[in-house]
Amino acid sequence: MALPEENNKFEPDEYNPEEMKEEMLLQYPPKVARKRAKQIVINKFGSDGEVGDISPNVRTVPGLIGQRGCCYAGCKGVVLGPTRDIINITHGPIGCGFYSWLTRRNQTDASTTPDNHNFMTYCFSTDMQDEQIIFGGEKKLALAIQEAYDNFHPKAIAVFSTCPVGLIGDDIHTVCRNMKEKLGINVFGFSCEGYKGVSQSAGHHIANNGIFTHVVGTDDTEHDGKYKINLLGEYNIGGDAFEIERIFNKCGITQVSSFSGNSSIDKFANAHVADLNLIMCHRSINYVAEMMETKYGLPWIKINFIGANATAKSLRKIAQYFGDEELIAKVEEVIAEEMPAVKQSIEEVRPRTEGKRAMLFVGGSRAHHYQELFAELGMKTLSAGYEFAHRDDYEGRRVLPDIKVDADSRNIEELDVKPDPLKYNPRKSEAEIAKLAEAGLKMSEYEGMMPDMDSGSMVIDDISQRESELLIESFKPDIYCAGIKEKYTVQKNGIPMKQLHSYDYGGPYAGFKGAVNFYNEIDRMVNSKIWKYLKAPWQAHPELAAAYASD
Amino acid sequence: MSDDYTSTTNACKLCKPIGACLAFKGVEGAVPFLHGSQGCATYMRRYIISHFREPMDIASSSLGEKNAIFGGGANLKQGIKNVTTKYGAKMIGIATTCLTETIGDDVPSIIKQFRDEEKALFESDNSPLLVNVSTPSYGGTHMEGFHDAVKVLVDQIATEYGKDESINLLPGFVSPADIRYLKELLSDFNLEGVVLPDISESLDGPALLDYQKISEGGTPLSKIRSMGKARATIEFGRTIFGNLTAGKLLDSRFGVKNYSLGMPVGLRESDEFFSVLEEISGCKSPEKHVLERGRLIDSFVDSHKYIFGCKAVVYGEEDLVVGLTSFLAEMGVQPVLCASGGKSKKLNKEITAVTKGLVDLPIVRDGVDFYDIGEEVAELKPDLLIGHSKGYSLAKKYGIPLMRVGFPIHDRIGGQRVLHLGYRGAQALLDDLVNLVIEKKQNDSPVGYSYM
Ligand code: SF4
Ligand code: SF4
Repeated sequence: MALPEENNKFEPDEYNPEEMKEEMLLQYPPKVARKRAKQIVINKFGSDGEVGDISPNVRTVPGLIGQRGCCYAGCKGVVLGPTRDIINITHGPIGCGFYSWLTRRNQTDASTTPDNHNFMTYCFSTDMQDEQIIFGGEKKLALAIQEAYDNFHPKAIAVFSTCPVGLIGDDIHTVCRNMKEKLGINVFGFSCEGYKGVSQSAGHHIANNGIFTHVVGTDDTEHDGKYKINLLGEYNIGGDAFEIERIFNKCGITQVSSFSGNSSIDKFANAHVADLNLIMCHRSINYVAEMMETKYGLPWIKINFIGANATAKSLRKIAQYFGDEELIAKVEEVIAEEMPAVKQSIEEVRPRTEGKRAMLFVGGSRAHHYQELFAELGMKTLSAGYEFAHRDDYEGRRVLPDIKVDADSRNIEELDVKPDPLKYNPRKSEAEIAKLAEAGLKMSEYEGMMPDMDSGSMVIDDISQRESELLIESFKPDIYCAGIKEKYTVQKNGIPMKQLHSYDYGGPYAGFKGAVNFYNEIDRMVNSKIWKYLKAPWQAHPELAAAYASD
Repeated sequence: MSDDYTSTTNACKLCKPIGACLAFKGVEGAVPFLHGSQGCATYMRRYIISHFREPMDIASSSLGEKNAIFGGGANLKQGIKNVTTKYGAKMIGIATTCLTETIGDDVPSIIKQFRDEEKALFESDNSPLLVNVSTPSYGGTHMEGFHDAVKVLVDQIATEYGKDESINLLPGFVSPADIRYLKELLSDFNLEGVVLPDISESLDGPALLDYQKISEGGTPLSKIRSMGKARATIEFGRTIFGNLTAGKLLDSRFGVKNYSLGMPVGLRESDEFFSVLEEISGCKSPEKHVLERGRLIDSFVDSHKYIFGCKAVVYGEEDLVVGLTSFLAEMGVQPVLCASGGKSKKLNKEITAVTKGLVDLPIVRDGVDFYDIGEEVAELKPDLLIGHSKGYSLAKKYGIPLMRVGFPIHDRIGGQRVLHLGYRGAQALLDDLVNLVIEKKQNDSPVGYSYM
């Protein structure tokens, strides 16, 4: 019997983003359409290479089902969740804590800290009841901290407020201070109520502030190692951080701390002794880097370990920063050693992936980073957007002075950081920094996603479910990348969907080995045969059934 | 052992609105809607999706700091309007969250205002039904949220009077596979039935060629409207006995006789259920099901040698725990601990009821978390854990096999297809359970026996 024919893929004769945008806006009432019009941008370049402006980081329209989470999710879930040896207590009713209970596939290796503490598999909550909502929850919180201490003897306890806490006026910071004194361990709180800000992003900022205030710089132990770095904004999903550490080790680069994949509070405390901060996810962690620079004189550069070429480029940047011949040579040696396996894999896979088309709507950096891997596969990114990014993540940090601070962001505290009278030590002089910049290595610089995207591609911030449906229906991409909330909706449309938050079941995708994993994964997905079986033969060819009947 | 930790470590319950969203998702053309900040909706969607591996939309009024202080009415109205126009919802099931409960938003009157302001929207034929339920998580678990949502569905939609031949079946929170089985059963008994909610398709749908804004399936609204006309209601759940449930409401408002039954897990609870079906339908149990019952008993006999003396810890939602405990007791597995994060205050009594005749009665603990359960497990040294995925870390720590049932199951595929109910469900559970025990024995033996 003949197999059903392959489903017809809709091939737009001409990719027409303008029409698509119009269609997307048409579904909205005028006010919403005006707002969305500023978040749906067709990429184009000005005379000096500047990109068009976009208005992200604004409140989602009620009733438009989207991707975003809350401030608490960004603070507790994203930034502090992956740290294994802090006990994180969610102060609030049970749901918020339960839903953020190890759902992000962050991995950790507890054997690398002497006490082997790992509380990541736990979910601590004050589980507020009516009584606390009416009479206040501070007492229960203090008891919860005491219990966590008695049962687990952690080095530190952190407290995270959820929505009701701010409203009933619990003062978690005083409770934490008192318990810190009483227990003699570090206890600190985060006022990250979910209603603050417009997305997870507010929570990242609050987490950065808290960890900087309460932990960073409290342990001055110096380490051996010539090239000491911190890796910031890498959360060890699917083991990414392990692969990056493997490469660092091979190059002789010493990782002092990581914020916060495979991390430990002891390492945060000591982070200021490193000589360079490397930023992966600019959105979630740039605040800590900026504050460390001001207070301790530690500069930062943006790197990206997603993509084999990007990895090589990032390693070269690090070597260039340290400017040491030995490191420069070592880095080249490692790249030369790692690349053949990568090349071999690309050669094998690329004939099957070349020319295919991807869409990425995720996070605050991944929608940018993963375009590297798709490019290595010869695939085109038709459209991309972030979930919770700001303008600088799209257009580059050069727009920072122009960003208007709206009411939602104004309420997120900006710490007033000053150089530390004792510990401030600029690692590079201004002249040295200028020289590096001249040679192409700019400190504190992130160019954003849009300059890296093709002209004519669609950039869509905080995409709504309806908009992504329209995109999928019209353009039928070969792969769509987002999170679990979108996964099954997309797949029901017959489009393979890769989760770039949790990596589905897979990973690592960072570094050289990760790149190979990703090539194979995408090859498997975009060349899957399953979609053509959607119709049974008798549905695809009704005449078949008739033929049987007449036999 | 301490009985009274104040805080909760590794909870064995979820929050109230997620239960309401699950129930609403079982209504045809419905979009669940959470009134609160968007985080709750996102978290719950993610959780439901990771179990069912299906699309699950929950809209949100996306409140911000300003609304948290001044009230969320305007956002709620805008949100309802957008869901109506963008998604073509036939029903919007609005549940509150801790935020809006704490600030005291009066959802019914906001909805009323909205209707007055948006007359045009409600005059058209496709105007959505708006149903609302109050679900503050600081009073109750996801199961209270679920039952409360079912109750408001009946309360706010079932308005037609009269009599017909149909029956209502209120199964509680069971799997799509369970619902499919129940529907088959009703049809085998020649009963016209309304199953509410019905997630059999809306949360376990086929792969499709064309996109649907709202997944197919769910209890038709027209059927909910006429639930008051039914001959009888069958409502599952021993720990909701005596509560003002949807079944009770149908009884008091329309005089529909309510049969309160335990969740039909295992032989005896299923026997009760089949007896009621026979009584209502006036038919004998169809041969197909009699045979399933016969095979089940046959397998009780076959498997007894493997599981005799085996001790099990059961945890999860209270009604499921009662059902499973009843099943374990009859097949010869010794339940040693029956635990739940729920706190209906009826767990003990109902476990006692279903374990009558056992020499050693299980320890029953409600309102517990996995820290408490872990302490018990350390002492009881069970051979088997039975419950959802969250017990995995205990299973790993103590090297005890975990049989995954209920919700959430996010470390195995097919959670939505686990069949728990009736003779057929008992058969599936029994085979799974016994094989787990055998597998453990086989793995623990250095010899490599392949003939057990
Ligand atoms: S605030 Fe309440 S409703 Fe929202 S996730 Fe937390 S417990 Fe659930
Ligand atoms: S209640 Fe607030 S903190 Fe908790 S999940 Fe919802 S939005 Fe986030």
